[in-house]
Amino acid sequence: MLARATTWWTILRISLEERLVYRGDFALGTLMRFLPIVTQIFLWQAVFSAMTASAPSGPDIAGYTFRNMIAYYLLTTVSRAFSSMPGLASGIAQDIRDGTVKKYLIQPIDLLGFQLLCRVAHKLVYYGVAAAPFALVFYLARGFFSGWPDATTMIAFVASLVMAFLLGYFLEATIGMIGFWFLEVNSLLFVYMLLSFFLSGHMFPLDMLPGTLGQVVRLMPLQYLAYFPSAVFLGKIAGAELGWALALQFAWTVFFFVAARVALRLGVRRYAGFGG
Amino acid sequence: MHSRPAYFRVFVTFLRNSLIRDMTFRANFLIDTVSSIAWVLMNLGFYILVFRYTPMLGAGTGWGRYEFFLFLATTLLVNSVVRGLFLNNAIEFSEQIRTGTLDFALVKPIDTQFLISLGRIEWAEIGPFLCGLGLMVHAFSKLAYAPGPIQSCLYVFYLFCGVAIYYSLMIVMAATSVWLGRNRTLLDFWFYITNFARYPMEVYQGRFGMPLRLAFTFVVPVLVAVNVPARLLVRPLNPRSPQDLFLPVFAVVATVVSLVASRWVFKRSLLSYRSASS
Repeated sequence: MLARATTWWTILRISLEERLVYRGDFALGTLMRFLPIVTQIFLWQAVFSAMTASAPSGPDIAGYTFRNMIAYYLLTTVSRAFSSMPGLASGIAQDIRDGTVKKYLIQPIDLLGFQLLCRVAHKLVYYGVAAAPFALVFYLARGFFSGWPDATTMIAFVASLVMAFLLGYFLEATIGMIGFWFLEVNSLLFVYMLLSFFLSGHMFPLDMLPGTLGQVVRLMPLQYLAYFPSAVFLGKIAGAELGWALALQFAWTVFFFVAARVALRLGVRRYAGFGG
Repeated sequence: MHSRPAYFRVFVTFLRNSLIRDMTFRANFLIDTVSSIAWVLMNLGFYILVFRYTPMLGAGTGWGRYEFFLFLATTLLVNSVVRGLFLNNAIEFSEQIRTGTLDFALVKPIDTQFLISLGRIEWAEIGPFLCGLGLMVHAFSKLAYAPGPIQSCLYVFYLFCGVAIYYSLMIVMAATSVWLGRNRTLLDFWFYITNFARYPMEVYQGRFGMPLRLAFTFVVPVLVAVNVPARLLVRPLNPRSPQDLFLPVFAVVATVVSLVASRWVFKRSLLSYRSASS
């Protein structure tokens, strides 16, 4: 048990050091992440100004005022900072294709556990380096928020972020495992990226989607990657609805945890490695 | 024997070779085209959603739903041409600087900028291009309006200006890899900067909007690239203010200055290029 913990600790430490090599690139990248939001702010400002002209009594879109809308976009950057897993699925698929995956089969290291620790390390370094730019942007944009939410909302927000990380990880890992069956998964990944960009709420609050489409999207796992934590923070989801939504998020996380495990087990059975 | 290379013929050869390469991996080409069209449709879906809630982008700007679709169509046309012709080449250029394979381009008896800018053409961008044309036809039919011949000619001319401005910015960003060694972040900048050109310039208003609008018009003229041709198409904006008359003139100046400046930066970067290893 102790030996295993030491192994995991070593892996985490090495990954941390590896990530810190490019800390300058990291910090710059984080600040640039907010640039597209600047254009979004102006877009929504224009949309709301036209709405004010026709309905001057404090217009809102699907329950979002202008300030809510901007706060929402800023909060999705936080959700995405937890849930996004750049290069995870493509990395796993690549490992399968070029045979690197063999190392997990012959060494006493579990692929999913190892990659999870790498991601934890990546995220820890990311939060460490990105904390300053994030704090700066949120401080500058504090006018868009109406103070801190209450304790229950805060706990739900943190829980939704932690689960967003796990869900994002296991969902992407499961997609990467498809590489055991199909050698080329890039186009599939693109489709996933596309759906994720629009249906996770990264581009707009999902409350804007009308009718059945909106209801279906709000049952899907993708919404938990960006929309849900942000909506929770803004108090758009509360009470019993919040409880149910968190339960559903947990269920989706467990589902993809199991799916990734099963896919790995079945995939390894199919896998054939040759040469050194 | 020609004293100078036949640029047009070389360009046609690039077009043909790229097409042959794309047709060799036909399924891949098809997937690329379909996915870029899917991306366009998803974006269009977003704007349709936005216009469910508002009649116009900005009070009194004249950018209603179908006027904005004309703007979006123009964005698609300019972007697909720039991406199709230059994007992969610019990425490749940065990579060539880093790995030292630019040597091979330098020794060829043709203008280096021409060679590295157009060597590999992305035919899959024809998808978004056709989407842009389709969207334009749709918007015109909804507006029950068609542009006249002079308007159309000017539109095509300003599309070329837009492409030239985007290209200049891209090649400058890529050329800076000579000094920085690493290119990723700078070429990323191209996407972030051109992101500001996604919406009509009237969107940038107020204390923060105005400086941005001026900077992206006069310092880095990306706002001019799409706005000027798009405004030419949209009737309600036709000339409403002195600015509407000034902008098209300025666009020509901006295009010339951008091209000259980017050519200068490119040449300077080649002078600083030291190859890699032996």
